[in-house]
Amino acid sequence: MRMVEITFRWLKLVLIDNNIVGLKVNTKANLGAYMSLFSSAVPTYLYATLLSGQYNISNIYCDVQAVYTNTAPVDAYRGAGRPEACYLVERIMETAARELGVSPVELRRQNFITEFPHETPVIMTYDVGDYAANLEQAMEASNYNSFNKRRVEAQKRGKLRGLGMSCYIEACGIAPSAAVGSLGAGVGLWESAEVRVNPVGTIEVLTGSHSHGQGHETTFAQVVADRFGLPIDNIQIVHGDTDKVQMGMGTYGSRSGAVGMSAIAKALDKVEAKVKKIAAHVLEAEESEIIIESGEVKVSGTNKGMGWHEVGLAAYTGHNLPEGMEPGLKEGCFYDPVNFTFPSGCYICEVEVDPETGVTDIIQFVASDDFGTIINPMIVEGQVHGGLAQGIGQAMYENVVYDTEGQLLSASYMDYTMPRADDLPMYQVMHKSTVCPSNPLGIKGCGEAGAIGSPPAVINAITDAIGNNSLEMPASPANVWAALQLNSPKLAAE
Amino acid sequence: MYDLQYYKAKNVDDAAAKINQAKDGKYIAGGQTLIPTMKARLASPSDLIDISQIDSMTGIKVTGSEIIINASTTHDEVANSLEVQRVIPVLSDLAGNIGDPAVRARGTIGGSVANNDPAADYPAICLGLDATIITNLREINANDFFESFFETSLKDDELIVAIKLNVPIKAAYKKFPNPASRYAMVGVFIGILENGARVSITGAGNTGVFRSLDMEKALEKDFSVAAISNIKVPLSEIMFDLHGSAEYRAHLIGVMAKRAVMSC
Repeated sequence: MRMVEITFRWLKLVLIDNNIVGLKVNTKANLGAYMSLFSSAVPTYLYATLLSGQYNISNIYCDVQAVYTNTAPVDAYRGAGRPEACYLVERIMETAARELGVSPVELRRQNFITEFPHETPVIMTYDVGDYAANLEQAMEASNYNSFNKRRVEAQKRGKLRGLGMSCYIEACGIAPSAAVGSLGAGVGLWESAEVRVNPVGTIEVLTGSHSHGQGHETTFAQVVADRFGLPIDNIQIVHGDTDKVQMGMGTYGSRSGAVGMSAIAKALDKVEAKVKKIAAHVLEAEESEIIIESGEVKVSGTNKGMGWHEVGLAAYTGHNLPEGMEPGLKEGCFYDPVNFTFPSGCYICEVEVDPETGVTDIIQFVASDDFGTIINPMIVEGQVHGGLAQGIGQAMYENVVYDTEGQLLSASYMDYTMPRADDLPMYQVMHKSTVCPSNPLGIKGCGEAGAIGSPPAVINAITDAIGNNSLEMPASPANVWAALQLNSPKLAAE
Repeated sequence: MYDLQYYKAKNVDDAAAKINQAKDGKYIAGGQTLIPTMKARLASPSDLIDISQIDSMTGIKVTGSEIIINASTTHDEVANSLEVQRVIPVLSDLAGNIGDPAVRARGTIGGSVANNDPAADYPAICLGLDATIITNLREINANDFFESFFETSLKDDELIVAIKLNVPIKAAYKKFPNPASRYAMVGVFIGILENGARVSITGAGNTGVFRSLDMEKALEKDFSVAAISNIKVPLSEIMFDLHGSAEYRAHLIGVMAKRAVMSC
């Protein structure tokens, strides 16, 4: 039995025979000068609860001190607390592998959670996942095993090549209402939907999940159209209009699919049940014999049926409805999830560093995600691209800088480095999914994953390239060069 | 926008006359520095005298061993001038890498030189090609023109009308862009002229653009990377900010100088 302790900044990882048995974390969080809406939740509930990562760790201790300072107030930003948790866990896993002299892949694989549901020591109960599947997919896509050849080739060109990975987990669709209420939240965390089938068969869906670029108008409409085999043009998604929409909770925490669309799916269940009752009555069949496909409502095994629009018309004329049934075809749902969802995945980043200048180029970036059921692959891929750009921005470019007097130095984009298109690589985005058991569509969520999983992958790659761990984000050319000087002051000069 | 008088000058004399009459007048050509400065309320001139439409102030002329660029010529015009590309290709490349397409479409060589931003590219090539700054009053050698951060030897209301640059035997400019602004964090221009070597450095100096006389001497004896590899610019002359320490910038001067020599 070999017990070791790996210390990395404010983290301590304890392993026995390379099995993680404990993690201790001390965290100081700068909340800025004023308490803002969500600021104290970010470094506490959204952060400490994910310190188990994808790993089976029986003991976790985390002490968070939230500090008021004279800097600008902070609040939730894509990922909010989960990028920080992922960064700690994945940086110390990489550090541990390097210090123990074992493969970072094997150390992770050996410690992966493989049995579900899995209750971590930090509240969360992971419902499902297959972490090794994403790891393998990302390794294959990145030609992980032939990396050394590429490193040697880069060396001949005077470049330092490095490879880093990150096996992230996050918690989306924050829930259930009663649980967050017990932690002091002032709101419920459900979502609502109303599905209105018009007399001509077109459908209006009112959702509380607002769409401000996430493409809900497309994805939500797909779910409805697919359910009944209707043309997508017949579906209208209404959001953000407080004159029309019933109460709603909004779009945040990658919840619109897992929570917002679940509410729609549950409302569709009620619509479907009523449609079947009406059709069974009109067609003189048993409800259980009614099937809905390709916009037709049919009696199974016969040529009897009616068009979807005819059912809509029947519902509103009320001429021939089952006894006691109210006319109309409009159903709603307030959906309160029973658990978070847990998207996960493996990101692999490969970089080349110019030792003369500290400039880092990302040569390839592979993202293998488990988002559960995917409704619209193109929109999901776009979300991953945007998340990765933000995560890479955090890892290599963006920085809020104050001087010792508290004066903001990075006050404009002349000094605050936003990532630009030519700073970013072509991404390889792929999926290996397990179906989320806690919601009707099996969706986990995809909005923040890229921003959560990518920073440690980038920094693990750069620290691998430069051969030391003394690198803070952002890995600007100046910071990378300064880290290189710690190895050998002559290296960069030559 | 606060109240101000705008006047489109007909010719150089007209521009000079108008600015003399103004309480606190400023010339404007491309406005790529002045307009943002006014927007930030760091400048509030009473009058803007527009010199961008004066015919005699635009255009490029090559005369044997010299190239004369009139002051209101845009970066884009310099970058895309076939004459410039033929005679001093490095000048075309330099102009083509200033800012972005919108900046290059409006910004002018005279404006950039007059502003003497410590991270601008044109001051480096002016100093490196032993340029003459021609104003409405006199001719000033680049050596005497660039004084310090945003400081030049221009008198109040003196107007640059043209820049005269010497055609080098060979030359190269290597720029390390600031990751945020993409101005030069360090830009090194190396040129071999009829009368010797020139090494001018922008982006890094405590007092703006400067020459490395040590590197010039070394390159005149032996134009090679080895000749300059041990020459260090004193740290006390190098600026630092949130993007890089003086040590880092001093180091980058060496790297960019080496790369400039290699591509000469």
